[in-house]
Amino acid sequence: MDDAVSRSERPVTAATQDWQAIEQDNDFRTLVRTKRNFILPATVFFLVYYFAFLIIVGYVPEFANASVLGNINVAYLFALSQFIVTWLLMGLYVWRAGKFDAMAQRILEKVRGGQA
Amino acid sequence: MTKEMQTLLMFGVIVVITLVVTYWASRRMRTTTDFYAAGRRIGGLQNGLAVAGDYMSAASFLGIAGLIAFFGYDGFMYSVGFLVAYLTVLFLVAEPLRNTGKFTMADVLSFRLRQRSVRTVAAISTLAVTLIYMIAQMVGAGSLVNILVPTLDYNLAIIIVGVLMICYVVFGGMLATTWVQIIKAVLLMGGTFLLSLLVLSHYNFSISAFFDAINHVTGQYCTAGGVLKNGQCTVGVPVTKTFLQPGLKYHGTFGQLDLISLGLALVLGTAGLPHILMRFYTVPNARTARSSVVWATVLIGIFYILTTFLGFGAALLVGKEHIKNQNLAAPLLAESVGGPIFLAFIAAVAFATILAVVAGLTIAGSSAFAHDIWVNVIKGGKENEREQVLVAKVTAVVIGLVSIGLALLLRNSNVAFLVGLAFAVAASANVPAIVLTLFWRRFNTAGMIAGMLAGLISSILLIVVSPAIMGIDPPGTPASAAHLIQAPALFPLENPGLISIPLGFLVAIVVSLLTRDAAAREAFSETNVRANLGINAEE
Repeated sequence: MDDAVSRSERPVTAATQDWQAIEQDNDFRTLVRTKRNFILPATVFFLVYYFAFLIIVGYVPEFANASVLGNINVAYLFALSQFIVTWLLMGLYVWRAGKFDAMAQRILEKVRGGQA
Repeated sequence: MTKEMQTLLMFGVIVVITLVVTYWASRRMRTTTDFYAAGRRIGGLQNGLAVAGDYMSAASFLGIAGLIAFFGYDGFMYSVGFLVAYLTVLFLVAEPLRNTGKFTMADVLSFRLRQRSVRTVAAISTLAVTLIYMIAQMVGAGSLVNILVPTLDYNLAIIIVGVLMICYVVFGGMLATTWVQIIKAVLLMGGTFLLSLLVLSHYNFSISAFFDAINHVTGQYCTAGGVLKNGQCTVGVPVTKTFLQPGLKYHGTFGQLDLISLGLALVLGTAGLPHILMRFYTVPNARTARSSVVWATVLIGIFYILTTFLGFGAALLVGKEHIKNQNLAAPLLAESVGGPIFLAFIAAVAFATILAVVAGLTIAGSSAFAHDIWVNVIKGGKENEREQVLVAKVTAVVIGLVSIGLALLLRNSNVAFLVGLAFAVAASANVPAIVLTLFWRRFNTAGMIAGMLAGLISSILLIVVSPAIMGIDPPGTPASAAHLIQAPALFPLENPGLISIPLGFLVAIVVSLLTRDAAAREAFSETNVRANLGINAEE
């Protein structure tokens, strides 16, 4: 396992944390904001993209049945694109999460340092 | 050797392998963490395979193949929804859950909310989802095994499946359950891949030729809700579509809306399925939880794309008119492209699939009772390792016996709506509570309980009055296909999600806003910090 993470999993000192203080720390607030700035738009995007798919396939048959790419229609390619979008967003998240992990690690070191 | 003997032999091989794994796991099981969470030592790829194993139930493998074989494109819509759902799991649930919880969904909730009431309601919801899902799997298993191996009758098949799943859980705990999932996932992926290749070989491995063939398969339905009989509609006029065009299953006034309702339940419901959530406690930390979702999504995605070849392949190479039972599309396709040995292999894969999923459900249900109700509600949080493991095992046996009993009782009923219901209940009752407790400071105990009960009760009530249960069948319809209540449906959609999911969220939010709960508000800091940093996460 990655060392940075396995260290962060160790209890600092159970139940004696000043949670409010950590929460108000600037670095922590930046972490939460950075995460939110990725997760919120990404979630809205995939939900909109998915429901757009359901609505178009259900309510716009002329478009859904149109053939593109030889004999394959829009409906099937749209479905297939959901898989691609899911994988892409997932890859993007994992890439960004490396940054979240590094930020969390810095805060953890600060928290631990403050206690020593 | 007869076809039936070959299949039976393959089943036997699966049973022996899984029991060996269970014996091996039983020697490594001591603490409650071993029992519920496999000692939190499962790796990312392993857990990814296990999540995939827990998720790709017989409903996915046999059900979707059958739906595509019968209704073409519309069946494939399930595949899409089942996969996209993993973005909800990855973005909102997996890592915070691992960071704040211990064994169950209720752990995450009881953090900042009042333990006893929250755990009781969450455990009820978990047990409801688990049992609904379980009965769907068991009834399917009974009829499937009975068709594949006629000498094993329905009742005997149910009892064998039930006893095996109890053995895995009671003797091997989460470690055995995890490895059963992994074995099953590998077999299922391998079998599906091979089957797809064999199908494509009939088209000289040309995707274009394959789709060309699909474009020549057609299906028909009647407008105005009429029933098609010998090419004539009882009411309305017949509509013909090719198998690649949407609408053969979802059409009419409410068809598209039903599809959206189902889509909503699928895409949110996965993040509330107790047996999937529990898997994230089996890994050492949040980062491994993340990588296991990624592995699972890659595997599940490949599998669901391959359902194209399974489903359309069955429509092309077996033919809808030769498939008596929708669930048999994939096994029949296996026989037509690979002969009796391959049929036996695919049947055994389906059998392993069922065994693994019911074992995962059993352990999720037993943890909800033993960890939430027994230890934290009845015993007031005083843990006693040996006692808790014992209670969990007894609960697993009870859940197993209840499921066997219900499956025997419902053998001739039409239970196809149950998997959809399980997703709808999970999405309406569990997901609002999990998401709001993790991300909304103002959320409180009253809101959680009201929201969860509203989601649970409304989704169940709506399905009872929906066309999935209510409807008038023409005389002579077999019981296994007939509506349970012979009266016109009061609610137009088969899936309640479109109403019950927003309702679950709305009630949770409104009740939270109307009540004051300073403790819940203050404790949000702890949830927030722990969810994001993993301080004090369970080891």
